Amino acid sequence: MSEATSGRLDVRKTYKLFIGGAFPRSESGRSYPVHGKNGDLLAYAAKASRKDLRDSVKAARGAFGGWSGATAYNRGQVLYRVAEMMEGRAAQFAAEVAEAEGLRPARASALVSAAIDRWVWYAGWSDKVAQVAGGANPVAGPYFNFSVPEPTGVVATVAPQDSSLLGLVSVLAPVILTGNTAVVIASELRPLPSVVLAEVLATSDIPAGVVNILTGSTAELAPIAAGHMDVNAVDLTGAPAADRAALERAAAGNLKRVLANHDGEQWTDPPTTRRLMATLEIKTVWHPAGI
Amino acid sequence: MGSGKSGKKAAGAGVVDTVSPSWEYAPAPESRDIVTIAPEYGLFISGEFRPPAAGGTFATLDPSTGAKLTTVAEAGPADIDLAVAAARTAYENVWGPMPGSERAKYLYRIARVLQERSREFAVLESLDNGKPIKESRDVDIPLAAAHFFYYAGWADKLDYAGFGPAPRPIGVAAQVIPWNFPLLMAAWKLAPALAAGNTCVLKPAETTPLTALLLAAVCQQVGLPPGVVNVLTGAGETGAALVTHPDVDKIAFTGSTEVGKQIAVSAAGTPKKLTLELGGKAANIVFDDAPVEQAIEGIVNGIFFNQGHVCCAGSRLLVQESVADAVVDRLKRRLATLRLGDPLDKNTDIGAINSRQQLDKITELTAAGDAEGAERWSPPCRLPDKGFWFPPTVFTGVSQSHRIAREEIFGPVLSVLTFRTPEEAVAKANNTPYGLSAGIWTDKGSRILWMAQRMRAGVVWANTYNRFDPASPFGGYQESGYGREGGRHGLAAYLHV
Repeated sequence: MSEATSGRLDVRKTYKLFIGGAFPRSESGRSYPVHGKNGDLLAYAAKASRKDLRDSVKAARGAFGGWSGATAYNRGQVLYRVAEMMEGRAAQFAAEVAEAEGLRPARASALVSAAIDRWVWYAGWSDKVAQVAGGANPVAGPYFNFSVPEPTGVVATVAPQDSSLLGLVSVLAPVILTGNTAVVIASELRPLPSVVLAEVLATSDIPAGVVNILTGSTAELAPIAAGHMDVNAVDLTGAPAADRAALERAAAGNLKRVLANHDGEQWTDPPTTRRLMATLEIKTVWHPAGI
Repeated sequence: MGSGKSGKKAAGAGVVDTVSPSWEYAPAPESRDIVTIAPEYGLFISGEFRPPAAGGTFATLDPSTGAKLTTVAEAGPADIDLAVAAARTAYENVWGPMPGSERAKYLYRIARVLQERSREFAVLESLDNGKPIKESRDVDIPLAAAHFFYYAGWADKLDYAGFGPAPRPIGVAAQVIPWNFPLLMAAWKLAPALAAGNTCVLKPAETTPLTALLLAAVCQQVGLPPGVVNVLTGAGETGAALVTHPDVDKIAFTGSTEVGKQIAVSAAGTPKKLTLELGGKAANIVFDDAPVEQAIEGIVNGIFFNQGHVCCAGSRLLVQESVADAVVDRLKRRLATLRLGDPLDKNTDIGAINSRQQLDKITELTAAGDAEGAERWSPPCRLPDKGFWFPPTVFTGVSQSHRIAREEIFGPVLSVLTFRTPEEAVAKANNTPYGLSAGIWTDKGSRILWMAQRMRAGVVWANTYNRFDPASPFGGYQESGYGREGGRHGLAAYLHV
């Protein structure tokens, strides 16, 4: 987005949606202007529609079997690969974040580094979470009984509004690491870094459909996600406080798991296993022991 | 089919019929004298029984005869205010500050008294619920005691439960439980909540309040501080008013998915923590290499245990096509030996349906099975003249779109579907908005694990069914609810984690 400085006109990017591994514009044809802190026009972002969200859920559902069925070791490596890819484009991310959030370069770089480190932190969890969250249960009878955590399914996430990249990574990584697939509604006013992240995800061995990122109106998209009958969980972290009750009511339609942060834990806090656990189901298996 | 009152006549005198022996049983009723039922019951608030503020009462029946057992109080808004306030006071002044090691000893005391008075509880449970005494005696009551015993041990070990150091309790828990396992569900709710340091207002089901009230008396007996456990009897209106009370911090509900959704809506936007254990439509999957005799017993236990009033009942039998006819034939022969009748008779296998309302629902759904073209079968079976009864019923020729394959019947009704390949079994088993449980019957270990991984269900029983244990987490995926009960995971429902 920087102006051409060497007599050569730069080639500007079209910021698009990320659905099923592809980069479509909104099927609605809509876009909206994105401004920097000083009011400058940064770019136009695609304004996703109800149909785009439904397409995203369909892509996420389609990707769920393969991703949740992949080995934990594999998922960990793929997430680590995301960190590697981001590191290689750290300067680009820093420039995007600085423009999107109106930050000084050093601060933007620090946020990018934190986002990369967060992928690394979560990547390491992939083949450990089952041992921490599951285990063998000493039942009073001749049975072997064990519990394992499993991904809950398709998770729709309203990403934090303020933090265009670190906030997004902080709510996305814990969801997909365990085998869930995600539909993310990016920060409405600061959406552009999410599109760059999508470009990284597209080249990081993350299977198509595992992550789908929509830019557009949170007020328009969040209720559709919360009410979608093929979504298993919603993370309302970036939803306006005034909308949460209505979103939770919509989520009750098919008893979505809701991460609503009533406890006051912020995504900005150092990550814990809490977000990981919020989109896990515990499955318990019994089998008789005998000869 | 035998019944408690009449059996098939034996073969001709002096000839032993070894092909199809017929057994006569004399009635062997458990004595009901062990339990004293008061003419009326109050509400248990702040450690004492008191009449309801508005004076409302209702009757609880013996479903095996339809006769009234006693009169219980109907809690209204004033009673709920009082109980929640008592729980709040106890939480802040007594139970919350109490060292976990002391809380533990109260729970151990409760567990011990449940064991000591187990026969009393079992008889009362069978009278009020209609379930066979062998089930209340051998399953419900021992498991309830075991649940208190298990969670008692956690009360002073919460730091080691994997939720970080010094996990905090949530506060006042509103707990609404169903009628199918009245005392056991009370134990599932109270034991982990109390161990974690919460205080409780428990609302037992309208049709089965008596063992919860006896448990309240046990709380008095063991000296549990007033207000730590409060028991409010009433119907759905009481439950709704309780869970929407503004000073409740935690809601735990076991019951229908429909009501669970209403509660989720009512709790939306509030800081209340919510766990739901709801309906199911479990597939019990039988492969052609399954050990047949065990599988037949598992099918019977899966759907006819507790008259099928079980959220995790194996209500859809998925049987591999190549063995379907043989399995269904053997199943029918086995069902013909079940004995339906007096719940207090120790020989009874199938007790009474819990209420007229539930009997009507079962009747309506099975009529839909007929209307949609499935084939109904029940063993020859004489139902008692009084009370609420439904014979064990098997529907064959069921397709996935039939209501009896989609909706929870919550009765002794099995829908039989077939499959050819493991992939098809997985697809059919998971073709439901529920996700509570599943059964797998096969001799092949690798197939068990392959299937278990693919079941979208919280509990998978392989070569067994309907096993429960306080150490074993229980709960559903999808519209079967969220949260787990039992084990270390069950603590998470009652702690800030």
